[in-house]
Amino acid sequence: MPPLVSIEGLSVAFNGVPVLRGVDLKLQKGEALGLVGESGSGKSVTWLAALGLLPRHAQVSGSVRLDGREILGAGEAELDRVRGGRVAMIFQDPASALNPVLTIRRQLCETLALHRGLSGAAVKAEALRLLDLVGIPDAARRLSAYPHEFSGGQVQRIMIAMALAGNPDLLIADEPTTALDATIQAQILELLSSIRREMGMAMVLISHDLGVVAENCDRVAVMYAGRIVEEAPSNQLFADPVHPYAQGLIGALPPLDGPRRRLIAIPGTVPDPASMPDGCAFAPRCALAAEPCRHAAPSLAPVADNRAVACIRAEASRRALLGMAAE
Amino acid sequence: MGRYFAIRIGRAMLTIVLVVTFAFVVLRLSGDPSLMILGPEAPPEVLAAFRKAWGLDDPIWMQYLDYFGAIAKGELGRSMRDGRPAIQLVLERIPATLALTLPAFAFKVALGIPAGIYAALHRGSAIDRAVMTAAVAGFTVPSFVLALLLVLVFAVQLGWLPSGGQDSWRHAILPIATLSLGGAAVLARFTRSAMLEVLGQPYIRTASAKGVPWRKVVTSHALPNAAIPTVTILGFMVGTLIAGAVVVESVFSWPGVGRLLVVAVANRDLAVVQCILLLVALTMVTSNLIVDFLYGFLDPRLRMKGAHA
Repeated sequence: MPPLVSIEGLSVAFNGVPVLRGVDLKLQKGEALGLVGESGSGKSVTWLAALGLLPRHAQVSGSVRLDGREILGAGEAELDRVRGGRVAMIFQDPASALNPVLTIRRQLCETLALHRGLSGAAVKAEALRLLDLVGIPDAARRLSAYPHEFSGGQVQRIMIAMALAGNPDLLIADEPTTALDATIQAQILELLSSIRREMGMAMVLISHDLGVVAENCDRVAVMYAGRIVEEAPSNQLFADPVHPYAQGLIGALPPLDGPRRRLIAIPGTVPDPASMPDGCAFAPRCALAAEPCRHAAPSLAPVADNRAVACIRAEASRRALLGMAAE
Repeated sequence: MGRYFAIRIGRAMLTIVLVVTFAFVVLRLSGDPSLMILGPEAPPEVLAAFRKAWGLDDPIWMQYLDYFGAIAKGELGRSMRDGRPAIQLVLERIPATLALTLPAFAFKVALGIPAGIYAALHRGSAIDRAVMTAAVAGFTVPSFVLALLLVLVFAVQLGWLPSGGQDSWRHAILPIATLSLGGAAVLARFTRSAMLEVLGQPYIRTASAKGVPWRKVVTSHALPNAAIPTVTILGFMVGTLIAGAVVVESVFSWPGVGRLLVVAVANRDLAVVQCILLLVALTMVTSNLIVDFLYGFLDPRLRMKGAHA
């Protein structure tokens, strides 16, 4: 099956400083992909760049194809049809993501008019249906309210309704629950999952929360310093991470069952994008780094079915992990 | 909502009383009107009679109470120079001043706001830098310098326009240009920074991510938000319509309120100065009230706060 989205060699630099250094990623129709990594690893930038939403001074190169059609560098008119129509996006801080001086009705109906060509009573009916779908009570009355009159969780629901308004094939959820309370987080994630199932929509869940990704995604891509370092089905990644960075991330999670153990932090810090080390960006923090790691950056290579990793010490790393597990 | 405005109107009244009081005290402490009007050679008994006639020999607190008593009755006093009611003298001059300040206000808005928006949308471009350079020059150069510069170029060198007076519409061009350029510069800078602030907000990215065409993102999402800070400076400009041309009127010998004020201050023509200041305070305060009201209209968040305040 041809992929819905296919990203190849996507690179982004701000004022000459590279922040995304060749990302390759494929997404199937209806698939839920998790994108994890620390702040600044390039998770959001990947999708903002793909949709042409970065500021003009960003230098973007590579290829992003939607259903085989190149959209990177496409004209504004074509991008405006893709954005909100085929690919919708919701953001981290719902409170500031809605325009404070426009009513919910204006903001919601705008998308409906743009992508569905609805007008008059049909727009209002559809807006009400969407608000109902995302669980906003008393939607008819709340339609004329302003964003500040809703709670954070409700605003994120409205954002989701707006994202669904264009009947997208893909929803990019950029840290959709980070700014919300834990109980609201669970509700929003549940809402996203059920809507995705019903609508057969693909989803990219960007998060630094591994638990959130593990529960909601079929497949996970781990990003580090502007590159994807490992890609695997969720259950396999969490059971058997191959890249030393992915191992580090998962090793830092507290286990739910079994005896308590000391959480292992990854030593060192993420390198500054302005002074990336030659070779593998993770090498300075990696216990398994060998001499060749410091010379050439490894590219993403398959290690098993549906699995790929960018590490020349992948085998050693896997053995080390198995060895640890055997102890 | 009612309380929101009651508090503001109360504050506005207090502002007016403070302005009038300050002007009253300073004017009376800084010179003797009898000497200014009759001259230092006037015989002492004439000066004394003048002072008695205008109540200037009363203690200052008594003069102050008399003054407020008269205002309460709607009397703003008479000019010490020709005995006519001060308000009449001032009202006569207002059309001349508005003939400069109203067109200037229109030009400031028509020039400054689009320039600011354009500069913000093309940040870092050559035009942005040109607009900003012009804007900095526009508000750092004092208006009398600009006025003299314009006179030098267009009246003296080129001989296209008259350098002063009020005989035809051509006489108004240089004063209006002087007033407009400075104001447009201030407005351009304000609009640009308001616009840049708004364009960096997450909801602008949301609008783009929804597929809203950029032109519409600017007009329906950015401008209504950028209007909020811009209205503040516009309100201030409306407040200066009556007495914002003091310097320009003086340079161009334009017989408006501003020149009347300069002459009246020099003569210590107390009633006239106080009448003008009262009028200025009133316009300032009124335009501030209008701005407060517009805030509520432009920003639904303030409407809510107002309702609960």
